[in-house]
Amino acid sequence: MSQLAPLAVAVPLLGAALLILCQRLLPRSAPELLAVGIALATTGMTTLLLVHVGHGLTVYWFGGWHPRQGVAIGIDFSVSAIGVGLAAFVSLLMVLALIYGLRHLDVQHPYYHVLMLTFMAGMVGFCLTGDLFNMFVMFEVMSVSAVALVGYKIGEGAALEGGLNFAVINTIGAFLFLLGIALIYAHTGALNLAQMGASLRHGGDDRVVVIAFTLIVGALLIKAAVVPFHFWLADAYAVALTPVCLLLAGAMSELGIYGIGQVWFTAFQGALGPHADVVRAIFVGAGLLTALWGGAMALTEDHLKRLLAFVTISFVGVFLIGMGLLSQAGVAGTAVYVLADGFGKALLFACVGIVQHRLGKVGQHRLHGRARSLAATGVLFAAGGVLITSMPPFGPFLGKSMIDDAAIKAGYGFVPPLVALASALCGAAVLRAGARVFCGWGEVSRDAPDLADEDTGPETRGSHARTPATMFIPAVLLLAGAVATGVWSGLPGLAATAAHRFTDFTGYYAAVFGTARHLGSVGSSSPEWFDYLYGAAATGLAIVLAGLELWGERVVPGWRPARAAGAAAIRPVRSLHSGRVGDYTAALALGIGVFGALLAATLA
Amino acid sequence: MSVYPYIVAAWLLGAGLYGVMSSRNYVHLIICLTVMQASTYVLLLSVGYVSHGKAPIFADIPTNSTVVDPVVQALSLTDVVVEATVVALLLALVVQANKRFGTVDPNAMTRMRG
Amino acid sequence: MTPGRRVVAIVGLALLVGGLVWGVTGLYGFGRYHAAYGRLVARAAVPDRSATNSVVVTAFDYRAFDTLGEEFILFVSVIGVLVLLRRLRGERGRDEATAAAEDRRASESTRWIGLALVGPLVVLTAYIVVHGQLTPGGGFQGGVILMGAIAFVSVGGESMVLLRLRRTSSWVEMVESAGAAGFAMIGFGGLIVTGVFFENFISKGTSGLLTGGMIPLANVAVGLEVGGALLMVIAEMFDQRLRGRQS
Repeated sequence: MSQLAPLAVAVPLLGAALLILCQRLLPRSAPELLAVGIALATTGMTTLLLVHVGHGLTVYWFGGWHPRQGVAIGIDFSVSAIGVGLAAFVSLLMVLALIYGLRHLDVQHPYYHVLMLTFMAGMVGFCLTGDLFNMFVMFEVMSVSAVALVGYKIGEGAALEGGLNFAVINTIGAFLFLLGIALIYAHTGALNLAQMGASLRHGGDDRVVVIAFTLIVGALLIKAAVVPFHFWLADAYAVALTPVCLLLAGAMSELGIYGIGQVWFTAFQGALGPHADVVRAIFVGAGLLTALWGGAMALTEDHLKRLLAFVTISFVGVFLIGMGLLSQAGVAGTAVYVLADGFGKALLFACVGIVQHRLGKVGQHRLHGRARSLAATGVLFAAGGVLITSMPPFGPFLGKSMIDDAAIKAGYGFVPPLVALASALCGAAVLRAGARVFCGWGEVSRDAPDLADEDTGPETRGSHARTPATMFIPAVLLLAGAVATGVWSGLPGLAATAAHRFTDFTGYYAAVFGTARHLGSVGSSSPEWFDYLYGAAATGLAIVLAGLELWGERVVPGWRPARAAGAAAIRPVRSLHSGRVGDYTAALALGIGVFGALLAATLA
Repeated sequence: MSVYPYIVAAWLLGAGLYGVMSSRNYVHLIICLTVMQASTYVLLLSVGYVSHGKAPIFADIPTNSTVVDPVVQALSLTDVVVEATVVALLLALVVQANKRFGTVDPNAMTRMRG
Repeated sequence: MTPGRRVVAIVGLALLVGGLVWGVTGLYGFGRYHAAYGRLVARAAVPDRSATNSVVVTAFDYRAFDTLGEEFILFVSVIGVLVLLRRLRGERGRDEATAAAEDRRASESTRWIGLALVGPLVVLTAYIVVHGQLTPGGGFQGGVILMGAIAFVSVGGESMVLLRLRRTSSWVEMVESAGAAGFAMIGFGGLIVTGVFFENFISKGTSGLLTGGMIPLANVAVGLEVGGALLMVIAEMFDQRLRGRQS
């Protein structure tokens, strides 16, 4: 049964290679169906693994190379509920994305499907592995596939720019990751995370560990697109094909956060544990900054996909807060929130894709009122917008309240209102966009957006007169997923138990080098009254803000100067997003440098 | 100076990174990325070095001789292949960008602002 | 760069590189590597697999899964290059006769030497790939030499051959994907025969060429894949060059 772990990665990879090998023999529509089949198989395998693993931790050694004398010589997959649960979620999103693109997406068979399969394999491998260098290899498999998929629409300049920015920034992140691996390997002599953790426990913290941690976590923060490493994401997500956006937003950004947690709890916690407060403060601070920055920028965007990219960035900030609390409750909350919110963001992208298919544009001003006929899509879009503001009692609300509770327990009482503000900003941006595009409400604004941004050609072929079922049904399923995660009452308890296993080092080491220990289940508390208050307040604020944006000029006297002041305040932030890769790199260097300096200062 | 090779790696990283930040030509930028890559394998290989150690290939030396660490060499092999492939992808993107924009200047390719 | 941005860049660079320098000064001195992992692998390679090149044994046996990932990174990037350099509707094709006529301008001796070197290089490739577990070399190195061998054809002025390769590029694609699939199937072979993915299922032999268990097979698969992949990349780039000449 534990063989399913390597198969979940090897089957998509082998399938991808065979699709190319046999492309002459297969009929034209075969690759897409085969790809869906392989993705379904991977979803099945990861789900079975999840059920099989339960509360425990299964370790699978490749090549049968079990550790000798306490040294791990081979590579292992350490499968626990959080990791394999994330892998299952990723494969499910891939199934929906592939179905979404069936038959209508204007892509080259079988190359597109091969790229999607390897993308999925890389993500699943990243979630399951217990070896740091293997994490890097899977990280690169993911990144290389994603670069090719982002730059796919070579006919558009913006797509090439997005692909180039993405590739350069990600590559720099990969180099930093490698440097960190070299340093920590020198210090501990191990590439296996459990062995590394044990060695760090005895070795204590010194400069090598601090810098290695900075570099490795820095690379993962770049992948996750936390401020100030987020500039590439806005460019890349705006130009990718819609099914690719589904996956990027719903899965790839979350993997960076998962990686940070995995690396902390299995390896660095031993050495940097005494300084955990500083690390926690840095993560929570960066997370808050990211959440608010993303929300504020989302409100300024006209291009629908770029707006959703900033919404994604904002949510990554909240995930970082949850994981960065470095506690079991935080991890549990992040797990639930990632699940629910992943569905929500994917749903929003799916709706925008339908609009793009029918009307061929993604700018709010060009589309103003033109999507009135797409009523069902509009309802889905509005539902998504409301969900992401964490309206009770749905999935995102549950996840956010768990994170808020964990933050308060850790002493960060100011976090919940700020997170509520961030989700209100995001929700307002989405709802305003939906109202403009689907209902034609609000006036066309005076400040004309840069029209070059809107030259997004159609990415689908065939008739644009109706929405195909293959695009609509996944959107509905995504909404169902987002709602279900809130309604399923057993989820918080399961997440809490899974988080307990994730944060427990001694059990991890015992499972990898000896026999697994049994950990009991952990209960989870339900949302408090103030969580409901924050959720309702966020939703209310979002609706009010959207309404003000649409009609405020006519109705509220003081709105115009207030809005002008806000726009002026955000203009310097907007100008930072210049589209130039040199600027992005400078921000990256500054961010890593400051992060390292803060950590180093606490040590000396 | 016993940490000299590590400083070399840091220098390579810095030089390459500055090149990326200030580049006016995408092909030059990609070569600067290659320079940054060099820093990773200089660091990897130098942490694995053993004084007076031979290459870890036992074809003509006894199996118990002092050899350098073979693990970092395997890691460097993976590193080199991975980054070569990324460079290939980047160059393909640059070729296409040159066709669309008529230039390889990163500062002239901005279609997305704000 | 504007002055403001330059300041940010310099400060960031100083902090990052300074931090890295600060960190590495905490490492042990150059030459003092002492961890158990490397020593264990170096001592165990020969007894475990009768193969004398412990680097290849590490890459293709102890850490074979990493190499699988690396192979597929190469595979994906080649597919990516194909996708990114594909011909869009409305783009002009190339005139092969014109292009070939232009390339024939290389001198006779260059052409002959170029073509003459192809054979020995292919033999060298085969040698390096097959002896990967015994002497320095292996699949990756051999694949690159293979690519170089075919590239010598173009140095000799016969880029027409490469173009023809381009048209039958699906054949090269098949070789490349066969290599990638082959490596993955070795892993599956281990799964089917011994129940563990990538466990060795071939006798490891005692000495000489047929040692190392599944490592020679893995080397051949990787050599084919790397050679095919790099060939496709340079063929695509050459194709772009010729297309560029027409416009």
